[in-house]
Amino acid sequence: MDIGFVLAQSITQALGVTAIIYCLAAIGLNIQFGYTGLLNFGQVAFVTVGAYSIGVVVVTMGLSLWLAIPVALLASVVLALILGIPTLRLRADYLAIVTIAASELLRLVVRSIALRDIFGGVNGINGKIGAQFHALNPLPEDFVTPYLTFSRQDAWVVFVGWVLIAIVSFGVWLLVRSPWGRVVRGIREDEYAVVSLGKNVFVYKMQALILGGMVGALGGIIWAIAKQSVQPDTFVPDVTFFTYTILLLGGAARIFGPIVGAILFWFLLAGVGEFLSQAIQAGWIDFLKPTDVGPIRFILVGMGLMSLMIFRPQGIFGDKRELALDGR
Amino acid sequence: MAVDTHSTLGPRGQASQAALSNVPNVPGSAKPDPILDVHSVKRSFGGLTAVDVEQVQVQRGAITALIGPNGAGKTTFFNLLTGFDAPDTGEWTFNGQQVAGTAPYKLARRGMVRTFQLTKALSRLTVMDNMLLGAKGQTGEHIYAAFFPFLWSKQERANRERAMELLSRFNLAEKSVDFAGSLSGGQRKLLEMARALMSDPELIMLDEPMAGVNPALTQSLLHHIKDIREEGTTVLFVEHDMDMVHDIGDWVIVMAMGQIIAEGPPGAVMKDQNVIDAYLGTHHDKELTDSGKSLTVDSDPEGTHS
Repeated sequence: MDIGFVLAQSITQALGVTAIIYCLAAIGLNIQFGYTGLLNFGQVAFVTVGAYSIGVVVVTMGLSLWLAIPVALLASVVLALILGIPTLRLRADYLAIVTIAASELLRLVVRSIALRDIFGGVNGINGKIGAQFHALNPLPEDFVTPYLTFSRQDAWVVFVGWVLIAIVSFGVWLLVRSPWGRVVRGIREDEYAVVSLGKNVFVYKMQALILGGMVGALGGIIWAIAKQSVQPDTFVPDVTFFTYTILLLGGAARIFGPIVGAILFWFLLAGVGEFLSQAIQAGWIDFLKPTDVGPIRFILVGMGLMSLMIFRPQGIFGDKRELALDGR
Repeated sequence: MAVDTHSTLGPRGQASQAALSNVPNVPGSAKPDPILDVHSVKRSFGGLTAVDVEQVQVQRGAITALIGPNGAGKTTFFNLLTGFDAPDTGEWTFNGQQVAGTAPYKLARRGMVRTFQLTKALSRLTVMDNMLLGAKGQTGEHIYAAFFPFLWSKQERANRERAMELLSRFNLAEKSVDFAGSLSGGQRKLLEMARALMSDPELIMLDEPMAGVNPALTQSLLHHIKDIREEGTTVLFVEHDMDMVHDIGDWVIVMAMGQIIAEGPPGAVMKDQNVIDAYLGTHHDKELTDSGKSLTVDSDPEGTHS
């Protein structure tokens, strides 16, 4: 049993590429759900659009990555418009239904045989998707410290990823403390009251959906660049639910909520998994097989999250006073 | 039921009562200077006709009360006028402009601001943020400007000052940093009214401002409504208790079964046989109020609530 190794694995996961992707998805969801109250249950759709746009433009079409990034962001805007125009005038529940259905539809479309020439079917898109990005890598060698180890390529993605998160978070901070932020928080509480004060609620909800979708698409862009591969069956609804978990864990409607949530979530998931594996290997636990670790770590982390919701329902950064108020 | 309204009547109140003195006391009568002019508005839900108003006008600068028994269609009529619900047929003008079919937020921007029967205080926003939401034409509400505080910070400061003035007037100044959800029911009514005033409306439409508010605070609310009128804002409010109306209404419009059945100054309307029938049916021996007791005008409104 090597506790140091377990810790190193956990820290690496907590700050790694996956945490960055989920953190961006959660920041986007925070704009939509945390601040504006939009029940988007299809955040994975924006991640999918971001990742696949990069894959299609770079590999299928053979164009530049630097063209692919704006295309990916534009595609996420289009998706937000398609989802929002019919549903944002209706009650909140409709957006939830439409978004979860749309995210699955999107996955089924990109994995379809009919469109295999464009999206690569079940195999997805593979190739040197992020080559142009990795060519800019200034790091001379792999990043190795006792508790944090990244390959040269991953270290570059991680560095750029966290800088991006800092920039995006600063932008969100500016937004939510502005009068614009006040309007969307008002919409979260009661949109009719905000209408009665002369605000075009539909436009604000659309702006929040688009903005949150674009930030989610940034996560997808990083996904495609870092993994150099886009697989349809990784974009399942679980991604959305993990994103919600991260947001609620850190605290919704808080700037640092998604960041701390993502770090902690992946730290716990990796830590529990690694600890169980080691414990089985060392013979401490004999009633489990190494293959059981995957599901068991989710059970344990899930129980931990349940107790968090029971004892600290506002998340780590939340304000308990807010929950004491009757919502509406 | 003897209430002396004239002792507290300001110059604008006297002017609007004088202007209305020659208006005939019949449903749909024309007013000298209507701010709102409604024609054949009809709204049915399935087989039930909730609102069927032939014609009604609201005098500018006056306090007009829309009263009627429960289920008369007052709130539905309110929702129609403010664009929150769409009528089957009908049209109406606000300030001479056709506004039927106009989106509710646009009506609010034009100066027709409403409150709700069930108060919509935005619970997890502070009282101050609630107030600031009411201000019109904010640069910082545009998404691009929102990123650049220097574009809107000056306007924000001015709005804050104005909000504090209004909050002190409504005795909510010390609550400004609290969440609106922590206020009492009566304080929420006050906040909603103050918030509506942030936009300097021409016509403020209050849906049962006194419902669920204790008697002491009710008196204070009545005074606030009179103050609003004295500042030149037209007030239209829904109420079902006739005593409230008698105290502050310059003009009373009575609805029953979705129709306007009577109009006139409060004193005349209360003696109208149609109104008595609508309110009491066959029980004519009862008092025409909720409590059966008459209310008196409070001479010290600010000291009565906390």
